[in-house]
Parts: sequence; structure tokens; C-alpha cells
Amino acid sequence: MDKPCISIRQVGKQFGTRTQTIEALRGVNLEVMPNEFITFVGASGCGKSTLLRILAGLETHTSGDILLRDQPIDGPGVDRAMVFQHYSLYPWLTVMKNIQFSRSLKVTMDSIQTQGDVERASGRADALLNLMGLNAFADAYPNQLSGGMQQRVAIARALMPRPDILLMDEPFGALDAQTREVMHDLIRHVHRLEKTTILFVTHDVEEAIYLGSRIVLMAPRPGRIENIYDVPLPAERNQDMKLEPAFIELKREILSRIRETSGVQTDLDQLSRLTQGADK
Amino acid sequence: MNAPLQLPGTQAVDKPVRRRARIWRIRGELSSRTVVILGAIGLCAPFLAWWLYTALGFADPIFMPGPGAVLERIWHWWNNEGLLDDIGISVYRVMAAFVISAVIALPMGLYMGTYRPVQATLEPLIDFIRYMPAVAFIPLVMLWVGIDESSKILIIFIGTFFQMVLMVTEDVRRVPMAQIEAAQTMGATRGEIIKLVILPSARPALLDTLRITVGWAWTYLVVAELVAANSGLGYAILRAQRYMHTDKIFAGILLIGLIGLLTDQAFRWIGRRAFHWQKR
Repeated sequence: MDKPCISIRQVGKQFGTRTQTIEALRGVNLEVMPNEFITFVGASGCGKSTLLRILAGLETHTSGDILLRDQPIDGPGVDRAMVFQHYSLYPWLTVMKNIQFSRSLKVTMDSIQTQGDVERASGRADALLNLMGLNAFADAYPNQLSGGMQQRVAIARALMPRPDILLMDEPFGALDAQTREVMHDLIRHVHRLEKTTILFVTHDVEEAIYLGSRIVLMAPRPGRIENIYDVPLPAERNQDMKLEPAFIELKREILSRIRETSGVQTDLDQLSRLTQGADK
Repeated sequence: MNAPLQLPGTQAVDKPVRRRARIWRIRGELSSRTVVILGAIGLCAPFLAWWLYTALGFADPIFMPGPGAVLERIWHWWNNEGLLDDIGISVYRVMAAFVISAVIALPMGLYMGTYRPVQATLEPLIDFIRYMPAVAFIPLVMLWVGIDESSKILIIFIGTFFQMVLMVTEDVRRVPMAQIEAAQTMGATRGEIIKLVILPSARPALLDTLRITVGWAWTYLVVAELVAANSGLGYAILRAQRYMHTDKIFAGILLIGLIGLLTDQAFRWIGRRAFHWQKR
């Protein structure tokens, strides 16, 4: 068996305000194998996005250890790419220039030495454009694209430097249901093709099951891992599987656990009394 | 084929009133022709009212000369009193002060908007100075700098610079964090983020800030030309006041307004050309 590419051990994070300390994460343990597709779900405030941002190097944890191939995290790095929910594209650059943005950075330029490297890089940009179905839009500007196409550009841009790990923070959260389904199949295709390890945060349980090989269920106050599920679906997936009993059973289980941990309760009696009052 | 089936009561009826009302929708659309026509009406109506008011003899010409007298005065000024020189020296003073402000304010605002310690150090100071009236600095400026060109430029600079820095800072702070974090996760250094993300992203807002502040620079012209000037549009207005040449006061004010309008349109034109990627 391979060694894990990410080891998260007893990781915690506290925010301090003047009056109180908030525990965003407590005692998080997780081992991620290369080429895994892990999805994170949980009620809001469970720290799933925070965990992802710590892995990206955008935030720091206050206790515990995170090792990436036995190395501790030291800020962001080209080995990890991140896709954000929105507003992350560069609207002044064309689609192609957005995808190639990382090539203008010193870290990437240092690794490009021969003419062959240059050609491979522009070949890769073309290939990614192709893979995302954006050929006709290479010279378009992001503002001319739909939300779904903008996210395709963001994914292509993140994949450009060949990251080992792709971190996705609710990347399809702003898309409509139909576009989202298309994006799901696209991202699974990318996962197969690029052999990337993907960590995917979402609030949509169905999305988490359909995409993930494992689902990490988190709970708030303090942010922690509540349970980890293996998804009982084959590696090859199609939209019909969402109707299979195993899928629905898992969805029911996870949804009820989220409801238990969310701490948000609706008092139905109170609600019906209000409506009765309105009738009179 | 038959004529299209029409349900009773759905026949197309000409309702011009309805169509006209569409332009009054909240944030409704206007054709560019309508915009031009309305703008022209807005500009011409006060002039027409002014002309009528004076032509019908309501106003004493000493207090309010008619448009004809003002035009005549401009013609006389151009031919015999060196209007072009006055315009030239005033444009020079305003532009010199504006360019010097921009050259300092742009990098300073860029660093204030990017690095919190720089902002925390400078912002209270700038806020403090910003409220000091530029006019009140005239005696000090005359003491320290003398009464040559640089003192006039300095007055306009004092009136413009401190506002400009704060606006530039705000423009820079408005760059979406996701754009910056995307670059960070691609391995960009701080210098690269400033050069490749923050600057290009803020550029349209910065141009807008320059467009607005150049207008403020013009409003300080008359104040600046209080300082022992013997030429310039502002000086001409002040001198005309002494001799009750109201027609020349009108002429000077209108000319400053016209130059301001032209500069504004030039900035807008540059913005449209340079930032065509922006959403309309």
C-alpha cells in the first residue's frame, strides 16, 4: 500500500477575540492516500473550509501536525492548488491567459529550463482548454462566460502547474443544479485522468456522495470530525446511481447526523401556533 | 397556414404609454441615443433659461450678464487679453499638482491597501491632515515656498493629495481576496501578487479615482491663484471681481467647467478603451 500523501494529526485551531476563544477545529485526525477523492460535509461552522484553507497554507493551525509527504506545511505551495467558490478569476485576462497565469510566476519559470519544457507547458494549456470544453472561448474574457464556464477556467488554471493535491472549497456552490451535474462528471473525469488527490468541501450531501470515495462528516462547536464514510459505489459513476438504495440510505444517514449536530432547531409547535394566529 | 390563434382579449394593442414608461423602471435601460439627447437637454436647459431671463430684461446686466455678453467677453479675452495663456498656465498648475499627487499617492495607497501596518501607521495622520482646509495653508506656503509657481502647485497638491491617497487605498483594498489567494496557492511571491494581481485588478477603480480627483484639483485652482498670481483663469476671475466684470467671472467659471468636462470625458474614454474586459 502507498504511503499517505497527507497526514493530519490532532490538528486544532483557535481564534481569539477579546471576549472569547472560538475553537474552529479540535483534534482532527485524517490520513489521505494518493489519488483519493475525499469530500467534506457538515453543518455551517464545522470548520471544513478552515481545514481546507490550512491545507492550502492560507491559514495556520494552532496545534497538532500536518505532514505533506512527511514535510510540514509552510505556506502555500505549487504542489497544492485551490479552487474557490467564485471571484477568483482574473477578469482582465483572457481565458487562455488565466489558465496560463502560473507560467508567469517565478516558481514555475524556475522549473522550465529547456525549449521542450516550454512546448510541453503550452501543450498542457491547450489540453486543459480542450478537457474543459473551452476551445471556442480561449480569447474570451471571464465576464463573457457563464458561471459554470468560469469555474471550468478556474479548475483548468489550478491544474496547470500539475498539482499533486487539488483543494476545492464549495466550487459549484453558486451554480444551478443542471450545470452542477455536468461539472460533477467533469471533475470525476479530471480526477481519473490527472491522478490528482482531491479534497472537496461542500454543503450538498448528494454532491459529497456522488463525487467522493470517502466522506468526512464534520460537526461544529468545536469543529471536529464526526464520522468518516466509505462510499459504497463503484469507482465509475453515473447519475442513475443517485437513485440506488445504497446511495439514498447513506444520504439519509448523513443528513440526519448533520441535523443532529447543527444545533439549529425549528420548533414546529411554535410555528403552527404562529400560522393559526395568522388565520384568524 | 392560418393566422396565429388569438385568445380573446390578447390582441396586440398599441400602447405607447406603456413603452415610454419602461425607461422609468428602477435602473432601467436607455439607448445611447436617448442618453446623448437627455444629456444635451440637461446641459442646454439652464443656458436657455439663463438666456431668456436676461434677454427679457429681468436681470441687471451688472449682476447677471446674458450669454451673448459672456461669449463676447470670451472672444475679447481670446483676442486682446491672452485667454490662451491664462488657460495654459492654469492647466499647467492643475496638471503639475495632479501628476505629483498621483505619483506619490499611487504607490503609497498601494502599500497602504496591501500591508495593514502601513495603513495603520499612515491613515490616522492622513485623515487628520485631510480635514485641514487647504486655503488656510496659503500664508504658510507663501512663507516657506515663496510666491512663484511652486506655491500655487503646492496649494492644489495639498487640496488633492490626501483625499487621493485614501481613495487609492480603498481601491486596492477592494481587490477580491479570492483573486489574491488564488495567486498565493499557485506559488506567487508577495511582489508578484502586487504586480500581477493587485495592480491590474485595481486599475479600473484607480483610473476612476484619478478622474474624480482631477476634478478636485480644478476646484482648488482659484484658491491657489489667490497666491500672488498675475495670470491664470482663477486669477482672472478674482481680478474681474475687483472691477465688477461679472461677464468675465461667468466666462472664467464656464471655461473651467468646460475644461473639467473635457478631462472627465477623456478619462472615461481611456477607461472604456483600456478596460474593455469589464462588464458593461
